[in-house]
Amino acid sequence: MFLTRYFSEIAEAVGSLLKGMRMTGYYFTHHKEIITQQYPDNRATLVLPERFRGEVVMTHTDNNEHRCTGCTACELACPNGTIKVVTKFEVNAEGKKKKAVDKFVYHLELCTMCNLCIEACPTDAIRMAQTFEHSVYDRSQLTRILNKPDSKLQEGVE
Amino acid sequence: MWNLAQLTDLIHRWLYETFPPAWALAFEMIIVGIAVIGLFAGLGLVLVLMERKVSAFMQIRLGPNRVGPKGLMQSLADTLKLLVKEGMTPDGVDRFLFNLAPFIAMIAAMLLMAPIAFAKDFQIWDLNIGVLYVTAISSLNVIAILMAGWSSNNKYSLLGAMRSGAQIVSYELSAGLSILTVVVLTGSLQISDIVTAQSNGWWIFKGHIPVLIAFVIYMIAVTAETNRAPFDMAEAESELTGGFHTEYSGMKFALFFLAEYINVFIVCAIGATLFLGGWMPLHIGEWSAFNGIMDWIPSSLWFFGKTFFLIFLMMWFRWTFPRLRIDQLLNLEWRYLLPIGMVNILLVTVIAILKWHF
Repeated sequence: MFLTRYFSEIAEAVGSLLKGMRMTGYYFTHHKEIITQQYPDNRATLVLPERFRGEVVMTHTDNNEHRCTGCTACELACPNGTIKVVTKFEVNAEGKKKKAVDKFVYHLELCTMCNLCIEACPTDAIRMAQTFEHSVYDRSQLTRILNKPDSKLQEGVE
Repeated sequence: MWNLAQLTDLIHRWLYETFPPAWALAFEMIIVGIAVIGLFAGLGLVLVLMERKVSAFMQIRLGPNRVGPKGLMQSLADTLKLLVKEGMTPDGVDRFLFNLAPFIAMIAAMLLMAPIAFAKDFQIWDLNIGVLYVTAISSLNVIAILMAGWSSNNKYSLLGAMRSGAQIVSYELSAGLSILTVVVLTGSLQISDIVTAQSNGWWIFKGHIPVLIAFVIYMIAVTAETNRAPFDMAEAESELTGGFHTEYSGMKFALFFLAEYINVFIVCAIGATLFLGGWMPLHIGEWSAFNGIMDWIPSSLWFFGKTFFLIFLMMWFRWTFPRLRIDQLLNLEWRYLLPIGMVNILLVTVIAILKWHF
């Protein structure tokens, strides 16, 4: 009884080890399945995974309109103070004062790409872009204003 | 064709005709020393590159491919880097032992080269207890590791060294028992006798299943003895930050690294000699036509082909299996390998006495 269990354990172990070796042996003999990207060489054809997060950008339409209402939900959601939304008051056609975004300041040097701001945004104004070549010579170049100059709030976004 | 024995004979006779015997012997020793160091350097470069390439392809990567054509010069560049690095000795270490340990590791590896038959009649020293010599010297390596671990004055190094000690002491037994199976079958400890005994077929084919089991046990035990994954408890990067060579850098680290690869080569060479016939070409019984064709391939190619096949096997182990815990490691040895090895040698002895082998 003890001996049968002893030998069946050995057989099971050897079987599982051989299974693993067959897998790596298959990889070793099939060089076409290489998953490494030869990055600087294949810059033009680089394929990034769909959910890769490179930096926060604000989407603008062709008419230079964005969807940011200046609600500062992203600023509150950000765990390390990457986003600072500077708001202003605009007078609309009906003569009412309304809060709007003046400058959407984004500190890329502080950002950890955690995606919490994108999830917090009620109007889908910001999204994660896939650009990742962020090296610059001076840190101040990493502080960006995401809303383009003279851009306006898109019609119908509250 | 490719007869290295003629070359050595020529040099030997020329030296003894030209110089007095004492000088000729000294010159021969120097030539052998240079040849061994050259082989070490060559093996180090080739094996490091081979390891990196094999591991890369097994993990669906490409490995080094920038330096030289297809990355072939990578290990040369690494060696150059290690050579010009500062050989630092940290404060608080036992300076003498700390600096001595890498050299002990290299010397232990170097001594093991003596009885290995690289080709037909091409051997540094064909001593009559060759196999015993190899098993004795290969356990010297643990002294270097213990020395490095103790003198580093670092708890990680010490833990790594102690684990290595436990491991080598345990696995020596299995390795010894599996080596003994071939010694029992051959009836001799001399390497040249063991190789000649395989002229009508290698032991792994002639000795039925018991020798096959012994071969498997040998491969597992020597993988553990050379401290390679899945038995690399002495280094265990994820637990011990490098184990016994945590405090080493530059060329002293490189010597440990080189000694590891040399040991891998040597244990594979011994395995090839004992189980796969060493330099003996693939002979099948009395088929003289087939044997004649096989004899056309030079014996050195046979030897290095078999050795590198076994090295590849060890690399395959390393890049497939996860590391064992220290208790699992000792369980494997004392509960599985050693009892099986003991029963196995009993079987082999019965086969040898009753002449059941081919």
